[in-house]
Amino acid sequence: MGAGDVYGQAVSHGVASGMGGIRTAGDLVARMQITRGMRLPEAKEYVAGKLGVSTLDLSDPTVMFDVRKEFGLGGILESGEVTDVDDPIGIEAKFNIAAVLDVPVSCVERFRTKAGRRGRLGI
Amino acid sequence: MGDGALVEMTPAEIRADLEAGTEAAAKRSKSPVLTDAELDHLSEIFCSNSRFTGVDIGDEVVLSFDGCGSQDLGTRVNDLQYYEQYLCADSLELYHHDYSYKPAKAVMPFEQVVMRQAQFVTTAPLGYGAMPDLGLYTVPDGPVPNWSQLLPLGRIDESRAAQEEAVELAVADIVFVTDEMVEAGIEFIDLDTAGAAGDADFLAALRAIERIRARHPDLGIQIGMAGEFVLGMHGELEYDGVRLAGLWPLDQARLAAKAGVTIFGPAINTNTGKSIAWNVARTLTIAKPCCEASTVPVHLNGGMGVGGVPMHVCPAGDATCRASRAAVEILRLDGL
Repeated sequence: MGAGDVYGQAVSHGVASGMGGIRTAGDLVARMQITRGMRLPEAKEYVAGKLGVSTLDLSDPTVMFDVRKEFGLGGILESGEVTDVDDPIGIEAKFNIAAVLDVPVSCVERFRTKAGRRGRLGI
Repeated sequence: MGDGALVEMTPAEIRADLEAGTEAAAKRSKSPVLTDAELDHLSEIFCSNSRFTGVDIGDEVVLSFDGCGSQDLGTRVNDLQYYEQYLCADSLELYHHDYSYKPAKAVMPFEQVVMRQAQFVTTAPLGYGAMPDLGLYTVPDGPVPNWSQLLPLGRIDESRAAQEEAVELAVADIVFVTDEMVEAGIEFIDLDTAGAAGDADFLAALRAIERIRARHPDLGIQIGMAGEFVLGMHGELEYDGVRLAGLWPLDQARLAAKAGVTIFGPAINTNTGKSIAWNVARTLTIAKPCCEASTVPVHLNGGMGVGGVPMHVCPAGDATCRASRAAVEILRLDGL
């Protein structure tokens, strides 16, 4: 978007026209634009198809609350009221996003590589 | 108003400004004027007395942010977390406070560590962004002769040679930073405010993108422009056989896509002396051909002073939401 204070920019654009990030499926649609260069209708169709929902559902926090939980895609933390101890968060959720959307997520690949190293002791 | 001042206007005055805005844009950019139906829709948005307005349910778009957080509270990782958790950003961008590739290069090991930490605790796509900022390569800040000093003296050839030298330095820095950040796990790189120093600045961005795409086939690459029109500070530079000076968003987007971007961000400047209705009509007229023809997603810049948003660091929400809704509905945007 651009420069400006958070209320005048992020809040105003977010409420006026934003998909809703990890509260809905905005981050997933964004991921298809970023990694695949898909224009919006194609990106929404792709994500909706992978999740088994309609494109309208992608911006609906009520629907996406359950869908994100079911697929382990992370979400708003809200002091444990939305995401509880069994739900993937942070990079954990990105492992599932990579698998569900069938896209490479570079930090996930990096995590696999680093975590798979055994070190000098071979442990 | 474009400077953020609140004014009272009649419906007839708003309509007249919308028509004047689209005509002014068409005259300069050679784009078609907005249709009567589009102007009717804009009138409806701007004649409403409501404090806030938004797109229809289902028409929401992706919001990307060129630099998340003010870096005033907590850490930069905290900035990214609250953009994800509280502001529901669709993508996140870590940035160094001196938002240019040249200074960022010098602190890459530290930036890599922050990026790595941030990747652990966030879920939305996370990238790194900065400006090509060609001016930083000129004396006294850099090694290249300063073309802003040479041009008024009529030393055109030296000025052009200096810009060409700066392009090579900037490309090397942008590619270096990207390589380092890929090692730290970024999901995209953002070349923001491209073209700020004119056609050479835009050329540096395009050449860097081309090299980045060849080195990192799966990396997201986003470019945000500095203005609606590429200034001809050099005047003779070309990319893919196209002269860069004087390009409008339609051709900027074509070249950016050719170089390898996955998201293109046009920037249409706000006139502070005109109403927001005038500015929005002008913005949409200039951006529309680009949005219709682009082969990659278009995220219109909607920050202060661009995209019909007032040129004020605290833009009024009633103005931002009208500019936001109008752009999404008329341009069928992919994002902002």
